[in-house]
Amino acid sequence: MVAIVDYGVGNLFSLQSSLAAIGAEAVVTADPAVLRRADRVILPGVGAFGDAARKLQESGLADLLLALAGEGKPIMGICLGMQLLFDKSFEYGEHEGLGLIKGEIRPIADVIGEGLKVPHIGWNALSFGAQKHPLFRYVEEGECVYFVHSFYGANCAPAVIATAEYGATLTAAVAQGNVMGCQFHPEKSGKTGLSILRAFCEGVTAC
Amino acid sequence: MITKRIIPCLDVRAGRVVKGVNFEGLTDVSSPVELARYYSENGADELVFYDITASAEGRALFTDILREVASTIFIPLTVGGGINTLEDFDRVLKCGADKVSVNSGAIRNPDLIAAAAERYGSQCVVISADVKRVDGVFRVFAKGGRENTGMEAISWIRRCVENGAGEVVLNSIDTDGVKGGFDLEMLSAVCDVVNVPVIASGGAGCIEDFVRLFHTVPGVDAGLAASIFHFGEVEIRDLKRAMAAAGIPARQV
Repeated sequence: MVAIVDYGVGNLFSLQSSLAAIGAEAVVTADPAVLRRADRVILPGVGAFGDAARKLQESGLADLLLALAGEGKPIMGICLGMQLLFDKSFEYGEHEGLGLIKGEIRPIADVIGEGLKVPHIGWNALSFGAQKHPLFRYVEEGECVYFVHSFYGANCAPAVIATAEYGATLTAAVAQGNVMGCQFHPEKSGKTGLSILRAFCEGVTAC
Repeated sequence: MITKRIIPCLDVRAGRVVKGVNFEGLTDVSSPVELARYYSENGADELVFYDITASAEGRALFTDILREVASTIFIPLTVGGGINTLEDFDRVLKCGADKVSVNSGAIRNPDLIAAAAERYGSQCVVISADVKRVDGVFRVFAKGGRENTGMEAISWIRRCVENGAGEVVLNSIDTDGVKGGFDLEMLSAVCDVVNVPVIASGGAGCIEDFVRLFHTVPGVDAGLAASIFHFGEVEIRDLKRAMAAAGIPARQV
């Protein structure tokens, strides 16, 4: 069973539907017992980092996620959920994240240069570098996924497993052992996105 | 590199797609769910659903269909038509819409965009403007293009973006239905003043019209069309290949 962490941020309809489409049993929950029992956990999120981080802290879910990550449970963050895995974010101030991925979240405007629109919205191609992470075992280099974001994962090179070009090389996905995250929305990325969710649900051996 | 998006638009009334469509292999050509699946599997980057129903009954039916579409296809969905309040935003977002497009609702209530952007984020709020030249000036039209609001269009669109709209759909009434190409002049004028994605609508008649659009107005992010896709005059796969051949980044499927 896959648990989708429900902490009052964003719309989980598409994520639930896409997990159903690949035959995964998914539960939207904030119940610690269910999260502990789950085989894997997805941390979704849309909106502002500071607000979401506070909700995770106040609900006690932050501590629980840290404990689960420490026990080796596979955890995947999506979009803002990926950003929350980082040490901290500079989105409207400075906010502490979960610290599961070493690095920080910074505005894309700092790196993409003049003339490009913010947010980075739309379908962009993935690049994997020398070794493809098992999360992408069904995806070919250059396949497109759907992004909507104004901030990106910076100073996290050792954890980067995929990038996309948008005036700069932006972090598209990260992994550190059993903890991983996608900046893009696999639940909105057609067949490519579903195959990424499938790989996660089938099990991604840490590397 | 970010790709240029191709977006089919479906008008839905009383639970059915209006404007007959003609696809081989589709048993029910006016089923929004079947059509959405067809487009999703054949290269559409996003879908727009316009609810052109007026009755409350039709509206409930529309949200049922939206829920079914959203649980069937996994590309972004934009919903428009009859969006006048935050409750309308809420209703369609809960059914799986990713973005909500406002048109007359924003003209009647200029605060709607700011309120929606604050609650749901700018990425969720699309301003859709119907624009027509009147005595050489771009004017905003309301009520499906029937009523001249008298407002100058470029400054109106810029104001909507300043208020929090995260995307602009520009429908040129002048080129709509003519199939002689997009309104490049009007699109350039809008791209010059906003820094959010601009979606061109109105006038597509053939593949070459899209190639010309993206070459001539590089600021345009997407091309939207209805009938040429519905009638099979342009297959999105062929269009994407032609775009790639012309050096325009496009997602191939």
